[in-house]
Amino acid sequence: MKLNWQFILDSLPLYRDAAWITLKLGFWGILFSLAIGLICIIAQYFRVKLLRSIVQVYIELSRNTPLLIQLFFLYFGLTKLGIALSENTCAIIGLSFLGGSYMAEAFRSGLEAVSRSQIESGLSIGLSRAQLVRYVILPQAFSVGIPSIGANCIFLLKETSIVGAIAVVDLMNVTKDLIGMYYQTFEALFMLVAVYLIMILPLSIFLTWLERKARYAEFGNQGSV
Amino acid sequence: MQSLGIRVLFNVKNIRRLLEGLMVTARIAFISILIGSLLGVVLGVIWTAKRKWIRSICRIYLEMFRIIPIFVWLFVMYFGGTTALNVDLSGETVSIIVFTLWGTAEMGDIVRGALKSLPQHQVESGKAIGLGFWELYRYILIPQAVRRMLPGAINLATRMIKTTSLVVLIGVIDVIKVGQQIIEYSRIEIPTASFWVYGFVFILYFAVCYPLSKLSRMLENKWNR
Repeated sequence: MKLNWQFILDSLPLYRDAAWITLKLGFWGILFSLAIGLICIIAQYFRVKLLRSIVQVYIELSRNTPLLIQLFFLYFGLTKLGIALSENTCAIIGLSFLGGSYMAEAFRSGLEAVSRSQIESGLSIGLSRAQLVRYVILPQAFSVGIPSIGANCIFLLKETSIVGAIAVVDLMNVTKDLIGMYYQTFEALFMLVAVYLIMILPLSIFLTWLERKARYAEFGNQGSV
Repeated sequence: MQSLGIRVLFNVKNIRRLLEGLMVTARIAFISILIGSLLGVVLGVIWTAKRKWIRSICRIYLEMFRIIPIFVWLFVMYFGGTTALNVDLSGETVSIIVFTLWGTAEMGDIVRGALKSLPQHQVESGKAIGLGFWELYRYILIPQAVRRMLPGAINLATRMIKTTSLVVLIGVIDVIKVGQQIIEYSRIEIPTASFWVYGFVFILYFAVCYPLSKLSRMLENKWNR
C-alpha cells in the first residue's frame, strides 16, 4: 500500500478548513454545554421548584437519545414547523443539548464528593457562605469534577464527527467527497485519522496529566486511582 | 394541514417498516454487545497481567477507540478496510465488527477496574488454598467483580445502542433510513412527516435506553452504598 503524498499535500487546505469548523463547533458546543450544565446543577443543588423537574426531564432525554437523531430532528423536523436553522446553528444546539446533561453530571459528582462534615466544619469555624463556597466546596468539587469535565470535552469534540450528517462541511464530509471523487481512499482516510489524532491526542495527554495534578490536591489523598 | 401530520405514524405499513428497521439496529447492537462483553472479560483478565508491555498494549488498544471517534472507525473499516483486504463487506458486517472491537476495549477496561478494586487478599487466600488460575477466576474473582462491573457494563450497552444510530451513515438500512424513506415518499401528502418520524425514532431510542440507564443507576445505588 503506497500513499500518494502529492494528493495528501493538495488536500491539506480542505482538511485544515474542515478541522477549523470542527474545532469551532466543538468550542461553542463545549461552552454552551458548560453553561447549561451549570444552570442544571444550580437548579438541582438549590432545589428550585419548577426548574428542577424540567432539568430532570431534560437530562434523561438528552442522555438517552443519540446525537444523530437529535440533529435530524432539529435540522429536518423543526424546519417543517417553520423553525429553520442553519446547519451550523443546529450542530451547536445539538452538541449543547447533548453536552449539557453530561456536564451537569460531572458537576454533580464533584459537589457530591464534598462531604457533609467538610461543610459543617467550615461553618463551625465561622466561615461565611461565600468563604465556604470559595475555600471549602469549590476546590474539592473541582478536583473531583475536573477529570470528568475534561473527558466530556473530549467526548463532545469527538461527537462533532457526526454533524457532517446535516450538511456541515466537516472532516467526515471532506473525506467522503475525496473518496467519492478521486478514489484516493487510503489517503483520505489517513488524513482523517491523522487530523483527529492531532486534535484529540494532546488534549487526552493533557487531561491525564491534569487528572493526576487534581487528584494530588484532593483532601486526605489516599493515593487510589 | 399541519395538525394531521401525525397520521404518518398511524399508517400500519409505515409502522411495520419502521419496526423492521429497528430490528436491524437491534441485531447489530445485540450481537456486538454480546460478543464485545465476552471478549471484554477476557481482555480485562489479560489486562491485570503483571507484565508491563501486556498492559501497555491493552491500554493503547483502548485509547485508539477513546481518541478516534467511532464514526471515523466505521469510515475507515467501511471504505479502507474493505479496499485494503479486497473483501466485500456489507455495512451491517462492518458495523458489527467495529462495535464489537470498541465494546471489547471498553468492557475490558470495566472488567480490569472491577478486578483491580478487589482486595488483594482474595487472590492470595485463593492461591493459599491451592486454586489454579482458572478456578481462582471462576469461583473467587469473577463472581465478586460482576457486582462492581455490572452498572458500568449496562451503561456501556446503552452507549453502544445509542451509537448504532450511526450505521445509517455507512448505508445500513436501519430504523433511521426507513424513516427517511417514509419521509421521502410522503413528502407531498404529509409535508410535516419528518417532524413526526424523527420524533418517533427519538422516542424509540429513548424507550430502549431509559430503562437501561435507570437499571444501571439502581444497581449502582444498591450495591455501592
